Amino acid sequence: MSGTSLVSARERAIAVLGGEPDDATLRRYLHGIAGVDAVGLEQRAAGLGTRSIKTSSKKWALDRIIELIDLTTLEGADTPGKVRSLVAKAVNPDPSDASTPRVAAVCVYGDMVPFAVDALGAAHGDPDDGLISVAAVATAFPSGRASLDIKLADTAEAVAAGADEIDMVIDRGAFLAGRYGLVFDQIAAVKAACARPDGTSASLKVILETGELVTYDNVRRASWLSILAGGDFIKTSTGKVAPAATLPVTLLMLEVVRDWHLATGQRIGVKPAGGIRSSKDAIKYLVTVAETVGEDWLQPHLFRFGASSLLNDVLLQRQKIATGHYSGADYVTID
Amino acid sequence: MSRLAVPKTYKLYIGGAFPRSESGRTYEVLAADGSFLANAALASRKDARDAVVAARAAVSGWSGATAYNRGQVLYRIAELLEGRRAQFVAEIEEAEGVTRAVASAQVGEAIDRWVWYAGWADKFAQVAGNANPVAGPYFNISVPEPTGVVAIVVPQDSSLLGFVSAVAPALVAGNAVVAVASERFPLSAISLAEVLATSDVPKGVVNVLTGSPAEIAPWLASHADVNALDLVGAGALDWISLEVDAADTLKRVLRPESGPDAAAPALGRIAAFTETKTVWHTKSLR
Repeated sequence: MSGTSLVSARERAIAVLGGEPDDATLRRYLHGIAGVDAVGLEQRAAGLGTRSIKTSSKKWALDRIIELIDLTTLEGADTPGKVRSLVAKAVNPDPSDASTPRVAAVCVYGDMVPFAVDALGAAHGDPDDGLISVAAVATAFPSGRASLDIKLADTAEAVAAGADEIDMVIDRGAFLAGRYGLVFDQIAAVKAACARPDGTSASLKVILETGELVTYDNVRRASWLSILAGGDFIKTSTGKVAPAATLPVTLLMLEVVRDWHLATGQRIGVKPAGGIRSSKDAIKYLVTVAETVGEDWLQPHLFRFGASSLLNDVLLQRQKIATGHYSGADYVTID
Repeated sequence: MSRLAVPKTYKLYIGGAFPRSESGRTYEVLAADGSFLANAALASRKDARDAVVAARAAVSGWSGATAYNRGQVLYRIAELLEGRRAQFVAEIEEAEGVTRAVASAQVGEAIDRWVWYAGWADKFAQVAGNANPVAGPYFNISVPEPTGVVAIVVPQDSSLLGFVSAVAPALVAGNAVVAVASERFPLSAISLAEVLATSDVPKGVVNVLTGSPAEIAPWLASHADVNALDLVGAGALDWISLEVDAADTLKRVLRPESGPDAAAPALGRIAAFTETKTVWHTKSLR
């Protein structure tokens, strides 16, 4: 897969901003965006969460959720063995039911990418072909507190090891201090580091860490900034900070993506991550995506769930539908 | 000036909280003379599912507590019941249409059974477990461990005593319980749940569903996350098919009992919901 080319992203940013993407221009642009109606946003999100999805629709939704999952392990205690068992689960989520689809990708730390690529073997590839991508978190995840050189080396190493997608974190400190130009330049530089020797490029997911951005206005500005700088995906959270993904924040980001698509025709992906543990919650996200940007977005290149325990809950629901009785934790893996 | 009546709404007891039924349904509970007594929640299969989730989450904490601590917690229930004795006597009088003396005797017997089972908490392992003789330089020790989540259809012809007699023994070993209360006499079970909620029993260890056992029991019997099924009060149901459903996931099953001695206090009721773990350990390395 390949992301947007860097040159066109910068040119487009200059065209949209009406000037070089420095602090002053970005500030003028981002602060010119209308503020978020927080009450209306939360009400809309709550309303979308009340839809009742039953029977065949639910069955479809459960399978689609699996196809959109970035199965994730981001622990300090990760080992090659843990990554291999994660990959085994990604390839074959429910050994008792061969009709279970595969997840979109596995998401690991950069140094675990070789083990994930190795374990996937022939199953490594584009989720559109029924294969599984490898996503790596980079740029001093989760804090992002490192020099740019280290962030770029981190990224380049993961791409060289075979990562198809890079999940980078923005410098929240710089963003909150109003140094938008710095954040823009860092995203653009990481995007450049995603390039492979053959001219293709790893897809770049930009983690906003909405839990640290404090306000909805900041989330909206950070979303625009990330897209302008060349991100292919905007992602809510690292999963290491509470609150992580919430439905209102995801709705807000989807609205930015919708507006960007209307303005430029380019389609940007959204990835809520962290805190989505039940099928019921995940279905609310599917409804929100379909109602905000359209059902076209419910595909692995435009929407992902960053999750680990969600998959087991979806499998339990699938087993309930298949067998007619409630299943239990003894019938899925312990991860 | 006469006061306005303040009728009580009896809800379910799931995970330490008192939710209404997910389905929003209720049913009328009638007194022995046919007059209206109260509305109780008519639990649905999803309430049963939620109760099992709550019970599962409670198993590790409750079974991990020391046997001595479990005994203390169970004894505390008896203490609290004693303090609310008058409320239970009045409830049973109204619901079952019995005299105060009979109702009082039932409450007394129920409290005595809590105390009896509480006493067993740190003693039954000595009786049900064993140091086995083996031909070798090993200790070979068998200890009873809790089965896990136990679903119970409590005796249907009794308000309080049947409920206590079925639920208390399952708790002794460290199981978590989902109890389907008597359909006709559910009120004492929920009042008892209020006692449990204000005692030291961790949330989720006891969950109480009111409503139709015929509707709920099949979902519990087939639920893969339920480890044992006590059908002591399921005599009027199609309990054979419940037993068949339970066999699909290898549950322990106790069959229905009837008559005045149903669910009488017995060590066997505690042991029924335990699994024997046997460990070998070297005696010495000579």
